[in-house]
Amino acid sequence: MKQNWFILLTGVIIGVIAVVLVKEGNPGNMGFCIACFERDIAGAIGLHRAGVVQYMRPEIIGLVLGALLTAMFAGEFKSRGGSSTLVRFIMGVFMMIGALVFLGCPLRDVLRMAGGDYNAVVGFIGFVCGVASGVFFLKKGFNLGRAEVSHSHVGGLLLPLIMVFFLFLLLKGTVFNPEVGGPLFFSKEGPGSMAAPIALSLGAGILVGLLAQRTRLCLSGGLRDLFLIRDAHLLMGFIGIFLGAVVMNVVFGFFKPGFEGQPIAHTMQVWNFLGLYLVGITATLLGGCPLRQLILSGEGDMDAAAVVFGMIVGAALAHNFLFAASPAGVATYGQVACVVGILLMGWLGWSYREE
Amino acid sequence: MEKIDVRGLSCPLPVIKVKKAIDNGAVEVQVLGNSNVSRENVSKLLNSQGFSLDLTRSDHEGWELEARKNQ
Repeated sequence: MKQNWFILLTGVIIGVIAVVLVKEGNPGNMGFCIACFERDIAGAIGLHRAGVVQYMRPEIIGLVLGALLTAMFAGEFKSRGGSSTLVRFIMGVFMMIGALVFLGCPLRDVLRMAGGDYNAVVGFIGFVCGVASGVFFLKKGFNLGRAEVSHSHVGGLLLPLIMVFFLFLLLKGTVFNPEVGGPLFFSKEGPGSMAAPIALSLGAGILVGLLAQRTRLCLSGGLRDLFLIRDAHLLMGFIGIFLGAVVMNVVFGFFKPGFEGQPIAHTMQVWNFLGLYLVGITATLLGGCPLRQLILSGEGDMDAAAVVFGMIVGAALAHNFLFAASPAGVATYGQVACVVGILLMGWLGWSYREE
Repeated sequence: MEKIDVRGLSCPLPVIKVKKAIDNGAVEVQVLGNSNVSRENVSKLLNSQGFSLDLTRSDHEGWELEARKNQ
């Protein structure tokens, strides 16, 4: 019971911080969005050329480092990996494609609902169905195999160290390539140009990383545990985020209910549904939503780190191949990629049964 | 006593494996794991199913617990 209050309160804090980040400059209903921010990072390091979504988001760096420090203090940092790493990488690619067809990860879905975006409710229903489909495969014996604990910590430190390097580049502003502008690219307009001050974003990331590490907050896990073992503990975090964000959205005057004209959203409901359906089934098979994968990466989980890199690469592909949606909707190739992703998850889900 | 090894399995497989054993009628189980998360989740499940737990080992290598169904 006490733990339920703790995770609910954690959720409320995350919801409040998210809306404060929007107030301080982040794009609408995007105080936090793991998928969108990893996509911005993919753009910042030049992996895609969508000029409007390029920024080295300090929130992501903070989440990983916050989880790393907390795990180290709690004695939970363990370098581990080897559970179908390539399969997880590819699943990360498609989890990102699903998120970019919808325009947000499950965390942003909650924040969008809390801003009054009804399209996000359609996405949420898709997410619930996706998680339920994942649970179906789990019950059938789905298993990607055991991870091994490494005899060296170095592997688990690699992703956090890359984040430290990204932070260094962001703060230092070094230019390797004066003609084109690398190593980091920054949007001059569009969502990528909208950002809260670096110190605030980084601090928010670290704090949320700490809280999420302690509470094991996971959005797909919340629904999964409800379906699988009738346990609503993780779901309380979900509810907390929604409540915290709704209250702050009303306070700041951001709450605008409706389908039309929502910030960075489209109204093609089939694709809102299927986009998050793909994210839901993939996250359930992977054992955690995009947020949880980041936190696990900070704890030394190299398989989760492979998912994070898969998502960054997936974002680059999604923008280079025009899979990603825009406020105008989802183009044909994006629709095809989303359906391919769902079929792939069904195939993997069925093939990786034990016994 | 049924022995269940959940080391290195990602969420929620440790819980599923233990639950499967209980659903198949196990009244005494020994579970072996290596992450705090799996220990918390498995303990919670066993408690909710009316088992009393005995954590027989817990160190940086991992943990081991024995559980018996309360009469």
